[in-house]
Amino acid sequence: MAVTHLTKENFDASVASGKVVVDFWATWCGPCRMQSPILDQFAAAHPEVSVCKVDVDEQPELAARFGVMNIPTLLFFVDGKLANKAVGLQSLDRLAAAMGV
Amino acid sequence: MEECFDLVIIGSGPAGVSAALTARHRGKSALIVTTAPEDSMLYKAEHVDNYPGLPAATGAELIDAFIGHARRSGVQIMRGRALAVADLGGVLGVSVGSDFVQGRSVVLACGLTRAKPFPGEAELLGRGVSYCATCDGMLYRGRRVAVVGLATDAPEEAEYLRSIGCEVEYFDSGRARRYAVLGEERVSGLEADGVQYPADAVFIFRSGLAPDSLLPGIAVDGGHIKVDAGMATSVPGVFAAGDVVGAPYQVAKAVGDGNIAGLSACRYVERLAAGDK
Repeated sequence: MAVTHLTKENFDASVASGKVVVDFWATWCGPCRMQSPILDQFAAAHPEVSVCKVDVDEQPELAARFGVMNIPTLLFFVDGKLANKAVGLQSLDRLAAAMGV
Repeated sequence: MEECFDLVIIGSGPAGVSAALTARHRGKSALIVTTAPEDSMLYKAEHVDNYPGLPAATGAELIDAFIGHARRSGVQIMRGRALAVADLGGVLGVSVGSDFVQGRSVVLACGLTRAKPFPGEAELLGRGVSYCATCDGMLYRGRRVAVVGLATDAPEEAEYLRSIGCEVEYFDSGRARRYAVLGEERVSGLEADGVQYPADAVFIFRSGLAPDSLLPGIAVDGGHIKVDAGMATSVPGVFAAGDVVGAPYQVAKAVGDGNIAGLSACRYVERLAAGDK
């Protein structure tokens, strides 16, 4: 499944149902740029999970709302509820473990 | 850097350079990613008397000779702080500042840090404690940040934070010796030699890294990265050599480790290539 880019307007609706991983990232962050191809593979291997990204430069309100203080930060939602949070680059295995898939 | 190297080696000490030279002798491309060599323990050694052929060399002379040899052998050298290593799907990525490099194999030859984390540092990691100015600096534009600079490149990192609009309070070993990160839910400040400074973030720049911080989940044993006889770690394609895998912390041993790790990495890359066909 393709990766969806979230804004403060569509965020809540996008995480409201099912399993959703949200990656808070920015173009100027090396580990974030490495996270991106790993997320693409995760999305391909787990079509049941929707994979979303938030550019903290463009969406500072969302970063502030979730207290994102280091990037990459990944938030894991299940039916709209925050189930897990991981700070720093996450491998494919760790993504799967954090999302319970 | 678009190129994918056969070996990406983290560290330019004797283990890293030995692995790189071994790779070059087997026709493989090699990139060394390194912070300032003058931060290493070896660089500060006044005499190294047990390394064959170079009696009474200083640590600095040895390092200069090693790096010069690597350059002349076609090893590429990149200055920067490696922050993370990860499998990107067939290739390994190593993040360096705001960029990343790619290798078919990685050799961790990053030495050993003897520094213990400050009180509060581990607890507040991800809540305002950061090791990466380019990653997290922008999140603190217009806010007050404390920088603890314990590495040669730390003033540059602090200058970067200033340039993007952080209000930087800079500390080094000349200003204070004992530090603690303050805060409950998130960082509220830094205590330096008993004096408290309010700050929304604390950036810490040390010369070394905890052995497993580059690759969370890699097997470690008593503070060292666990390797087999071929210097392979628990992560496929990742090898380790030198002080980071254990004592004795000697140049001669590091060179030997690096040679084995380099050979193993070359074989791994050759097997990858054979599998691709």
